[in-house]
Amino acid sequence: MARNLPPRPKVADMPLIWILAILALLGGVAYWLARRRAMSSGGGDARVLHSLPNYYGVHGALLALAPALLILALWLLTQPMLLYRSVAADIPLLTISAFGTVDLVMSDVRRVAEGLDVAVGAGLLTSQQMTSAGPTEIEAALDEIGVALGSQLTPPVLDAARDYRGADAVLRWGMIAVVVAAALIGGAIAVYRTDRDFRARNIVERSILVLLAAAATVAILTTLGIVLSMLFETMNFFSQYPAHEFFFGTTWSPSFSGRGGLSELGIIPLLWGTLYISLIALLVAVPIGLFAAIYLSEYAGPKLRSFAKPLIEVLAGIPTIVYGLFALITVGPMLRDVIAQPLGLGNSASSVMTAGLVMGIMLIPFVSSLSDDIINAVPQAMRDGSLGLGSTQSETIRRVVIPAALPGIVGAILLAASRAIGETMIVVLGAGAAARLDLNPFEAMTTVTVKIVSQLTGDTDFASPETLVAFALGLTLFVITLGLNVLALYIVRTYREQYE
Amino acid sequence: MNDMRLTERATQMHDTKIAARGVDVFYGDTHAIKSVDVEIADKTVTAFIGPSGCGKSTFLRCINRMNDTIPIARVEGEILIDGEDIHDPRVDPVQLRAKVGMVFQKPNPFPKSIYDNVAYGPRIHGLSRNKADLDVIVEDALRKAALWDEVKDRLAAPGTGLSGGQQQRLCIARAVATGPEILLMDEPCSALDPIATDQVENLIHELRRNFSVVIVTHSMSQASRVSQRTAYFHLGELVEFGDTGDIFTNPRDQRTENYITGRIG
Ligand SMILES: Nc1ncnc2c1ncn2[C@@H]1O[C@H](COP(=O)(O)OP(=O)(O)OP(=O)(O)O)[C@@H](O)[C@H]1O
Ligand SMILES: [Mg+2]
Repeated sequence: MARNLPPRPKVADMPLIWILAILALLGGVAYWLARRRAMSSGGGDARVLHSLPNYYGVHGALLALAPALLILALWLLTQPMLLYRSVAADIPLLTISAFGTVDLVMSDVRRVAEGLDVAVGAGLLTSQQMTSAGPTEIEAALDEIGVALGSQLTPPVLDAARDYRGADAVLRWGMIAVVVAAALIGGAIAVYRTDRDFRARNIVERSILVLLAAAATVAILTTLGIVLSMLFETMNFFSQYPAHEFFFGTTWSPSFSGRGGLSELGIIPLLWGTLYISLIALLVAVPIGLFAAIYLSEYAGPKLRSFAKPLIEVLAGIPTIVYGLFALITVGPMLRDVIAQPLGLGNSASSVMTAGLVMGIMLIPFVSSLSDDIINAVPQAMRDGSLGLGSTQSETIRRVVIPAALPGIVGAILLAASRAIGETMIVVLGAGAAARLDLNPFEAMTTVTVKIVSQLTGDTDFASPETLVAFALGLTLFVITLGLNVLALYIVRTYREQYE
Repeated sequence: MNDMRLTERATQMHDTKIAARGVDVFYGDTHAIKSVDVEIADKTVTAFIGPSGCGKSTFLRCINRMNDTIPIARVEGEILIDGEDIHDPRVDPVQLRAKVGMVFQKPNPFPKSIYDNVAYGPRIHGLSRNKADLDVIVEDALRKAALWDEVKDRLAAPGTGLSGGQQQRLCIARAVATGPEILLMDEPCSALDPIATDQVENLIHELRRNFSVVIVTHSMSQASRVSQRTAYFHLGELVEFGDTGDIFTNPRDQRTENYITGRIG
């Protein structure tokens, strides 16, 4: 029977806020001391100092805070691991075998330890009971506050939980001591180093560089992490399923292991569907988007432009699921009734054509707004030069503006293509989920992304090739879009500087 | 009044090619050209001089209606070329600009090869029957602009890769290749060394045999070397217009004299 406890932060979180507050205070003090020392070494005249007085202050705060925060972060990352190790080592083997694995024991231990914290905090247990009460008493108290355990509380688990609490407290105090000491030492060094010739500005400058570089590194490392995790699972897949059958197989028919029979996991029909739909989407989006961009940037007056441009960009804000519904309910049946059935091209409402058309509409603002920016970046002097030689406006656009903007436009198209390739919702609702290798655009087909979703939904067993294939599909897709993006960047870079 | 007499004398030498009457230009609310009257004779070089910002470029752009491309610019008054009003609805500005070539103040080569830059006008207007024809036109234009020797081995290189002075001459070649009847040159030698300047001035002399040339320049000596007539602009007004020799030796307006003798500008 859980009693309604007032919401309170977890006990373990409180010291962290304190630590941060203490650090902020220490940083402020270091700032003030370093700045004052610099000023006094300059005899109160800021002009004789190497750097502006604030740079000395920032240098002080920096030395006080940066190492301390770094230690804090590392400590918080490693502490759970250390705790786990030290507590798990003391758990009797018998208990482990009763639970099955160490992990399971430890999750109970952690839950009991946290429960004890809450119980003590809520006044349900005195600290005396805390250290000496037996398992039944404790379990009752835990039950009171709503902590459910995987199995009955046994003395070894309770002992381990007490150990865990004890070690946790020790480590936490240790952390506070070390972090505060680091801040004090850092601040002291900074203040000691400060005098009128000290180059504080250069240090601040360099630390800003480090900060920016760190941000870039995080971005790169995350990407790398994603790719590596995919790569790992993909290799796992290829150890169970031959690579050449995956890449060159023309049939996609996974059979989930329970039903027996061998799966055929050829990527070709999926890639075909992906490329076919993307091609139709680009055939729709590129001319319309590009022409709209040319009209808006070259012909439309400022008034029309200021209201038409946002209007087109609204299209970009529509969620793809809404486009999907549009495909499912309007475009699909219409194409079937008006074109496919009368011409005898099939009678499926889901078709490559439906998904391609709707995806194309989705991509129009993407192409037009990027191209518009690029066309606007072509200097007016270029147009003047052409008009001044007696060419018409459309000749100027065809012969000067578009060639000058071409690299950027190609880049925009390739980016649109990689969006088309990665699109899922519109395909599921517009083209269906049947893998097929067919030329008829009025047949239902499907794409790589849709199959990734369908292989991973429902009952999944992350060891069977039928599931792992999703990672291979994902990685293949990633390589394709990465290739397109690299190509786009390369084209843009190579030809960009021509008119600058 | 005196100006009228001088203009009449010029017309005796050659027919009037361009006649401007009461031309005003506004950029939004800025009154950039104030009621300018001028008659520019055929087969003559006319120099526009005046302090920076006085409206020389603006007036030049009126003559081939380039101000049409600036949305906030408004041109009033009458400009006749060969007696025909260029603002007449029957006049096609595109044709007008083919006839009235322009070299802009800032070099603006297209991001194309040197060859394609020069061949741009001839191609648009169908001036050549075949590739060999076009080659001749391009070479001729580049020679006239004193650029041929420097670029003859790299005609396929991008025009934007040339130096500032080379780009300026490339733009001159581009304008000459189209075969205009009137050439408007806005400070065509501002980035050129004395040798290239001399070559461009020779080109101007040569062009004068068949065309009328209007040149904007900040160099008094250049104006006196190349032009027969000189117009002095000041704060949007045409202060003085007459034979170059008269203007430089015997200016009637105090402002002209101050400018020429270097007391302003
Ligand atoms: N595109 C424009 N928009 C607004 N005002 C302009 C524009 N072009 C020129 N002006 C204004 O018109 C006036 C005349 O400018 P113009 O370029 O004709 O001077 P200029 O005599 O050619 O000067 P410079 O010798 O420096 O080239 C200036 O006051 C300028 O600010
Ligand atoms: Mg000018």
